[in-house]
Amino acid sequence: MILIHCPYCDEDRPEIEFAYGGEAHIARPLDPSTMSDAEWERYLFIRNNPRGRHHERWRHSHGCGRFFNAVRDTVTDKFETTYKAGEPRK
Amino acid sequence: MTRFSAISLIAKALNGHKDWPEQWPDAAPKPAYDAIIIGGGGHGLGAAYYLAKKYGITKVAVLEKGWIGGGNTGRNTTIIRSNYLYDESAHLYDHAVKLWDGLSQELNYNTMYSKRGVMMLAHNVHDIQSFKRHIHANRLNGVDNEWLTPEEAKAYCPPLNISPDARYPVLGAALQRRGGTARHDTVAWGYARAAAALGVDIIQNCAVTGINRGPDGAVTGVETTRGAIACKRIGVSAAGNTSVLMQMAGLDFPLESYPLQALVSEPVKPIFPCVVMSNTVHAYMSQSDKGELVIGAGTDQYVSYSQRGALHIVEHTLAAICEIFPIFRRMRMLRTWGGIVDVTPDRSPILGKTPVQGLYVNCGWGTGGFKATPGAGDLLAYTMAKDEPHSINAPFNLDRFRNGRLIDEAAAAAVAH
Repeated sequence: MILIHCPYCDEDRPEIEFAYGGEAHIARPLDPSTMSDAEWERYLFIRNNPRGRHHERWRHSHGCGRFFNAVRDTVTDKFETTYKAGEPRK
Repeated sequence: MTRFSAISLIAKALNGHKDWPEQWPDAAPKPAYDAIIIGGGGHGLGAAYYLAKKYGITKVAVLEKGWIGGGNTGRNTTIIRSNYLYDESAHLYDHAVKLWDGLSQELNYNTMYSKRGVMMLAHNVHDIQSFKRHIHANRLNGVDNEWLTPEEAKAYCPPLNISPDARYPVLGAALQRRGGTARHDTVAWGYARAAAALGVDIIQNCAVTGINRGPDGAVTGVETTRGAIACKRIGVSAAGNTSVLMQMAGLDFPLESYPLQALVSEPVKPIFPCVVMSNTVHAYMSQSDKGELVIGAGTDQYVSYSQRGALHIVEHTLAAICEIFPIFRRMRMLRTWGGIVDVTPDRSPILGKTPVQGLYVNCGWGTGGFKATPGAGDLLAYTMAKDEPHSINAPFNLDRFRNGRLIDEAAAAAVAH
């Protein structure tokens, strides 16, 4: 089981305390009524799915309950860093 | 190619099985082909076979970055069924089940397809209603599926615990009798051997590193770790690595790759006669002809290419198995492994053309691609040969994520399937 560092609790905790929240930094559309079908497709369905560095959201559901962002290598599953929601992309 | 038969087996047995020739040659890449299939799993090898067999396109290469059948073809739980809710899915998966019938004879290779029945357990009122709806929908589509009472389910699968005191009591089951299992490796080997006999080059240890396109945007070939190869038609059948390959052609895909784990127990005498699945408790199991219990469940939660997963997922799966089948509580597990499955937002595959001329895709089978192997191969071959999708795979196009015409089996099954 992997250990994940929660940037709010400032502790390494086992994966079962966390819920994966999908790709990070996907901005909600500011003006949905003006979006084209292609833009909706990109927002709703298209994902980076990289082999390597992946920016993703996690939630410390059985801890502080807060969402944060992480950078993880999808080949080794090693976490490079975790940072608080709202901080710029690392 | 030596044809396998009782006579050839006996003749070689007398000689101590010493002079069997190789089943297909280990080909080196040529400078150009009419068509290239990226991915040497069952789906890709099947596509190459049907391209050569049905459409006479024999200058075909299958490029595999590792060894054939070493990806998800060798990492699944070999379950075959077609009891899907929506018309499009029922037609797609039943096309495959029809091809499984008779595949061993067609390939002259024993795929060990065993119609032992796939039984899906209902544990609550919602399950009963949902399964009965599935049964009626299936029967309208000509797919066999029938409702069993708990007693009938127990009679079909004696190790089942139907006690009303169980944590998740069995209230009934849906049974597809044509469902079952097959031997995964032989599917890859059988297709490889039959395709090679028709002139297809099976090239292993050859990873694709780039997809070349001409000034008009159409594909002109691929760059590989064993040199450049020219071709006008490329079929990508690379499961978890599809997103990476599509990026090489400049396409962003609606896919995410997750590890899916499975495990087998120590081999025991035949005790488990069919495949049993429980969506609510979330585990499924069958017994291989070797005697191992083959067990699986859901994916790990995060995107990964690591081909392994976390132990707590396995613990969760085994807890479910022990609950439904208390007699297996003291079984020892022998091996676990993970495969990388490519999951689409609606949990239905993408099989058809792409916006790039000459580039075709077969992906998004998620956690249930093995059952579709012959059908996916056949339909990818059709699409590549005719440059248009067959009516069966036409609904499974890439455009559905733009026009909203999803085939939402995720909602229909309530779990990945």
